[in-house]
Amino acid sequence: MITKRIIPCLDVKNGRVVKGVNFKGLNDVASPVELAEYYSANGADELVFYDITASAEGRALFTDILRETARRVFIPLTVGGGINTVDDFDRVLKCGADKVSVNSGAIRNPALIGEAAKRYGDQCVVLSADVKRVDGTFRVFAKGGRENTGMEAIGWIRRCVAEGAGEVVLNSIDTDGVKRGFDLEMLRAVCDAVSVPVIASGGAGCIEDFITLFETLPKVDAGLAASIFHFGEVSICDLKKRMAERGIPTRL
Amino acid sequence: MVAVIDYGVGNLFSLQSSFAAIGQEATVTADPAVIRAADKLLLPGVGAFRDAAEKLRASGMDAVVLEEVRRGKPLLGICLGMQLLFEKSYEYGEYDGLGLLRGAVRPIADVIPPDYKIPHIGWNALKLCKPCALFGRIQDGDCVYFVHSYYAADCADALAATTEYGAELTAAVAKNNVYGCQFHPEKSGGVGLNILRAFCEDV
Repeated sequence: MITKRIIPCLDVKNGRVVKGVNFKGLNDVASPVELAEYYSANGADELVFYDITASAEGRALFTDILRETARRVFIPLTVGGGINTVDDFDRVLKCGADKVSVNSGAIRNPALIGEAAKRYGDQCVVLSADVKRVDGTFRVFAKGGRENTGMEAIGWIRRCVAEGAGEVVLNSIDTDGVKRGFDLEMLRAVCDAVSVPVIASGGAGCIEDFITLFETLPKVDAGLAASIFHFGEVSICDLKKRMAERGIPTRL
Repeated sequence: MVAVIDYGVGNLFSLQSSFAAIGQEATVTADPAVIRAADKLLLPGVGAFRDAAEKLRASGMDAVVLEEVRRGKPLLGICLGMQLLFEKSYEYGEYDGLGLLRGAVRPIADVIPPDYKIPHIGWNALKLCKPCALFGRIQDGDCVYFVHSYYAADCADALAATTEYGAELTAAVAKNNVYGCQFHPEKSGGVGLNILRAFCEDV
């Protein structure tokens, strides 16, 4: 039985984890490498590193960090942020990333997903979609959720999967940061539309939110969150124990 | 020393790092002399079967690997590297593998229910089928990380572990000095490192 994945997401800027973290037992809580090791040792099934650096120096720092993480952490590593070309795929894959997530880069250049999938395989290409309700329909947003592209979301996601995206991270802007649970309605619409793994993002505030997610939508493959893990509001170990108690397949 | 066969397929950074993490020397190489001098061989691989099989032949690595395996050197194939150990693959056609193990590589779509997602991607439990030196340091039921759309079929004589994904899929094979894992030990946390350690120290 394939297990449901729990994935912490680290936003990295100029080589440091942003949003802050609050952990006991870590020497340097802003070090992405140390945090990655911590999560890996404490039950994370996969890690997402999101590069929110704008400068070239920051980008070089990011790839250094990626390389160091891949030297020390032996679980799958997905990298996103600033992926606009196939060369960007190449740059992060060479540093130890296993999967690459594209968002604005695919909106600007819809051929990117197909080109990358042809070169590296579908399993390597993750579509990350920021979606928000506008007048009762799901719309795709770009630039970190700041810009409404006007595109209808389900059609966009379906098209990207047809082009070769092997997984979809659905981030609901409507529930992101609210901490009252994942956006089950939006996730259901995406699960019904595509047959590749769907990763839920945005809205988790407590352990029960993950339980509700996996029990309500058995087609969701993974739950992703950032600050609730970083601030210790939810411990991945406790979460996975609870999942196991409820009969949700998990890797303990 | 473990020679990681470099035939131009895939990214070997994580694999090399995982050997470093367990204190084992691993050299990524396409040099027949280094391969002949190695204690063990590792055949990696990602991507499409045909492409990988062609590159393995074009690089001449196939002949070196076959010769060393015939002399008794242990070989571990990982993911597509495991699939290449078999006689044939039916991925987008029909292509010959190394023929070190009996069996053929077929689409998992042939055997799993239609509502299961393809590729089979994520952490899944190992069901150990026979005593195998690779698994002396792990437990039945331990989870490892899979990413694949094809699986090794008709390989009962080498089957060492399976995993359940709507059907029993081949997860690992072992016969004489030839070993293979469909999953990625270098991405399977401590369990994966223990499998690589066993390959280095117990095989």
